[in-house]
Amino acid sequence: MSASTDALALGEPLMVLDGIHRRFMMGDEEVRALRGVSFTITKGEHLCIIGPSGSGKSTMMYLLGCLDTPSEGSYQLAGYEVSELSDEELAALRNRYIGFVFQAFNLIPRTTTVDNVALPLRYAGVGMGERRRRAAEALERVGLGHRLDHTPDRLSGGERQRVAIARAIVTKPELLLCDEPTGNLDSKVGAEITGLFEELNHDMGVTLVIVTHDPSMAKRARRNVKLVDGEVVYDGPPIEGR
Amino acid sequence: MFEHILSAFLALKANKIRAALTMLGVVIGVLAVTLLVGVGDGARIYLDEQISGLGTNLMTIVPGRRETRGFGPPAGNVARPLVLDDIRALERQASLLRGISPMVMGGGAVRFKGRTRDTMILGVGPAFSDLRNMPVDRGSFVRDEDVESRRRVCVLGRTIVKELFGDENPLGQTVRLADGRFRVVGLMEERGTSLGFDLNDLVFIPVTAAMDLFNQDHLTQIITAARSKEDAPAAAEEVEQILARRRNGERTFTIQSQDDLLKTFGALTAAMTLMLLAIASISLVVGGIGIMNIMLVSVRERTREIGVRRAVGATKSDILWQFLLESVVISSLGGAIGLGMGASIVLALKRFAPSVPVALSPWIAAVAFGSSFVVGVLSGVVPARRAAELDPVDALRYE
Repeated sequence: MSASTDALALGEPLMVLDGIHRRFMMGDEEVRALRGVSFTITKGEHLCIIGPSGSGKSTMMYLLGCLDTPSEGSYQLAGYEVSELSDEELAALRNRYIGFVFQAFNLIPRTTTVDNVALPLRYAGVGMGERRRRAAEALERVGLGHRLDHTPDRLSGGERQRVAIARAIVTKPELLLCDEPTGNLDSKVGAEITGLFEELNHDMGVTLVIVTHDPSMAKRARRNVKLVDGEVVYDGPPIEGR
Repeated sequence: MFEHILSAFLALKANKIRAALTMLGVVIGVLAVTLLVGVGDGARIYLDEQISGLGTNLMTIVPGRRETRGFGPPAGNVARPLVLDDIRALERQASLLRGISPMVMGGGAVRFKGRTRDTMILGVGPAFSDLRNMPVDRGSFVRDEDVESRRRVCVLGRTIVKELFGDENPLGQTVRLADGRFRVVGLMEERGTSLGFDLNDLVFIPVTAAMDLFNQDHLTQIITAARSKEDAPAAAEEVEQILARRRNGERTFTIQSQDDLLKTFGALTAAMTLMLLAIASISLVVGGIGIMNIMLVSVRERTREIGVRRAVGATKSDILWQFLLESVVISSLGGAIGLGMGASIVLALKRFAPSVPVALSPWIAAVAFGSSFVVGVLSGVVPARRAAELDPVDALRYE
């Protein structure tokens, strides 16, 4: 990785997308999932990416998370040109800058919450004692300080998502990238989780990018980006009734 | 690396029953290797000891020409038997020999005060005791003058003494041997069995007396020994020349050296051990296939986990090592358990059934454990590579 931007200040550009295309081959057919998407997300933003199914939201999310690279166009995360990085550099970039929260929680089964949360720290090369301490701290932050040694199967859906959030913030990333984080939860628990995201955004200054169907979640963001057929059709504050 | 090994253990702990069952194949494989090779090695050591116990640098000369070495069927019709003059010639002319003893072998009954025992009667010279490492306990062995005067004296083995005399002192007593009366002049020291042959169940008499007793003028064999290990080949050559000269250059006899015997049996037991090892390796291969199978299932089952790990910062090589070490840990652990079980059985056999020849040499332990490690690597490579090459996006989407 060439460029380096350690602590970014609020309002500085964190992610810059310029003319992003993403094409796949589905059998013999070429699918154009993203067709020339450009926008910028600055540090500390609270943003929802919305749109109907098949609009390219998921592709967008994997690209933003550096799990995938664009077919064309430029994506810079914290100053790094993502398509120029090797597999190992991408792994390091994800580890350092991004925390993922998934709809299905994706905790590792038969593994205690504290070990689940500590997982990213292991790949960051943090020592074992320190890992446990910081994982416990993150669990404390999401209100699960009393559930350190539980395995995921003994937790409720809301608790599992909190563990996943703890895992996402344990490395103190710049970006929380969430894929339908309340999709598997009932509305009351979903609202609590949304509230937790807002707190983290406010208190830690972490940039919050949420890919969602949920209009109530989109409404609470300060900015909505709407995708239809792989193109940005709206970029601005949430609109009532959308 | 330590991190990876630790997480491999954690993964096994998370799925104990599956890990144990997967391990079982390797446990059985290594157990089989340890035991079967232990038996093969035990047989080799046993034969080595037995053959070395016969004496040092021994040579046996038997009548008749044999093309093969080692033990064979006794030669039938012999044109030129071995005779006492051969012994005298060797005594006069050979310079590399430690001692020479004729031997006439026969069977017969020994009787004393109404008690009888069928036994083997050996007609020998004085050098026999020393050559064959069979010392006298009390009295004396067959002496030169006994041989010269065809004296009817005998030296008894321990079993004979026990059977015929009980607590009585046999020295000076007279026993009936076949048709003759022999005075007991010596008692042999206690000896074990050699290759299934009871060395205590023997009666020694002067070779000349044996020739009289069995009414024959030729020898069953001649026993001699080289002065040292270095001299052994030259000594054999010397014996061959001396005996051939007495037969107009015809080699109507065969010299078997102890070394030949060791080599023959060594090759035999090595082949046996190798065969046993090959059989045992099959179970190890089966164990390895079992591990590979389970690892492939495990990689598929944990596809999402792999996706998550990649998302939070694991590189391809992190994933590769994770699964490879999981396989190696399963296999090595299985190997260690199998080795432990095998070693316990071998040691228990040695302790409680010392007659069963088994051995646990360090090389078996090293081979057994090493092969379980190799099996772990081999059966882990394919699944681990598959896991590492998974696309993170596909892995996260996997249902």
